[in-house]
Amino acid sequence: MPDVVVIGAGVVGAACAYYAARAGLEVTVVERGSVASGTTGAGEGNVLVSDKEPGPELDLALLSNVLWRELAELGGFEFEAKGGLVVAETGEVQRALTGLARAQAVEHEVVAPEDLPRYEPHLATGLAGGVFYPQDAQVQPMLAAARLLRHGAPELRTGETVTGFLRSGDRVTGVRTDRAEIPAAAVVNAAGTWAGEIAELAGAPLPILPRRGFVLVTEPLPEPLIRHKVYTAAYVTNVASDSAGLESSAVVEGTPSGTVLIGASRERVGFDRTLSIPVLRALARQAVELFPVLADTRLIRAYCGFRPYCPDHLPVIGPDPRAPGLYHACGHEGAGIGLAPATGHLVARLLTGAETGLDLRPFLPDRFAGETS
Amino acid sequence: MKHETEFEISFDGGPVPARQGQTIGAVLHAAGIRSWRTTRFGGRPRGLFCGIGVCFDCLVTVNGTPSLRACQTEALPGDEVTSG
Repeated sequence: MPDVVVIGAGVVGAACAYYAARAGLEVTVVERGSVASGTTGAGEGNVLVSDKEPGPELDLALLSNVLWRELAELGGFEFEAKGGLVVAETGEVQRALTGLARAQAVEHEVVAPEDLPRYEPHLATGLAGGVFYPQDAQVQPMLAAARLLRHGAPELRTGETVTGFLRSGDRVTGVRTDRAEIPAAAVVNAAGTWAGEIAELAGAPLPILPRRGFVLVTEPLPEPLIRHKVYTAAYVTNVASDSAGLESSAVVEGTPSGTVLIGASRERVGFDRTLSIPVLRALARQAVELFPVLADTRLIRAYCGFRPYCPDHLPVIGPDPRAPGLYHACGHEGAGIGLAPATGHLVARLLTGAETGLDLRPFLPDRFAGETS
Repeated sequence: MKHETEFEISFDGGPVPARQGQTIGAVLHAAGIRSWRTTRFGGRPRGLFCGIGVCFDCLVTVNGTPSLRACQTEALPGDEVTSG
């Protein structure tokens, strides 16, 4: 009998499995699809501190940033510590960016407009400046998840769907799947955008909903044109927004294979995978505004995914008092890749009864008490 | 006797027979040329993979224009195709 069953083989589930195994626990991972088949495989691989408002999520991101660098030592996946450049279109926006950077108190460099080409030679002219965050990084999340699972989960059960929980009174004592019953001392819900369904099965609902995003991929460029993760200040506003309508802002970056990834759109349209030409058009236009050189570059594909968001835009990390034995590690919205190691680390500490070293209260599932999901 | 819709293109300097309506990918394939590019890290050979314009594995340079999909580009008389 495993000590822990982790539901979900995305990067968050993989990190939970990895850190739990490192703490000496025996872990089984159950995944209804395949490794990284949900939101992990549909993003850009952001490991960002730059886009976080000061507060609990930034604290989590800073911890995670350090942990990603350690995990990168495992090898087997791309991790690029290339830094992020946030740019401002106007002086007013630049003042806001500079103010945010000061409040965040993370490592940064304020970049004057005339210095922008030193960071990004192909950036559009006429921008009002920017802020460079050396800690921002990019990871190949699918390979990272696979690598963490290899280290952390001797038993990985893919293509197996959790259909219910084993209970002893209120207590969760394992999971029931479409193939077996798996008793375990604890269960971790790392089902990402579908974690609300899992929570529902435990009679402990969580208000996690999908926020759709598209990413465009260009043909591979012979020479890298874009050195850092580059995005406009509007991205920070959009990340924190509560709007249901389409929001998009350019997030542009190169990858080691030569392609350029272009995000990021946000829409609340349920689990609708229909390709949206207006969204793709908006993303392409914004990317070309930022990097005019991309106007001559062809797109070779687009993909979409669903960020798991909570009403307060914070993840859900911690034990569920409604179902003792059940722990949540989900609801990271667009920051799941970046926040995965810290989440896994904290869940492993909780599972072993160790001090977490970070105030978990803002992330606990209890905070939704009284809300309808 | 050579049919009038048959012509030649060049591939990396050498002549390759072509027929009207063929893509460059088809011309190369028919001539037994299976790969004309390597991956940037592993140096693995690449040529036609999907054959329908999706994968961008079969890129060639045609008359100086780089990064064209061989499977989507029609061969025309006198085309100078280069690999890489």
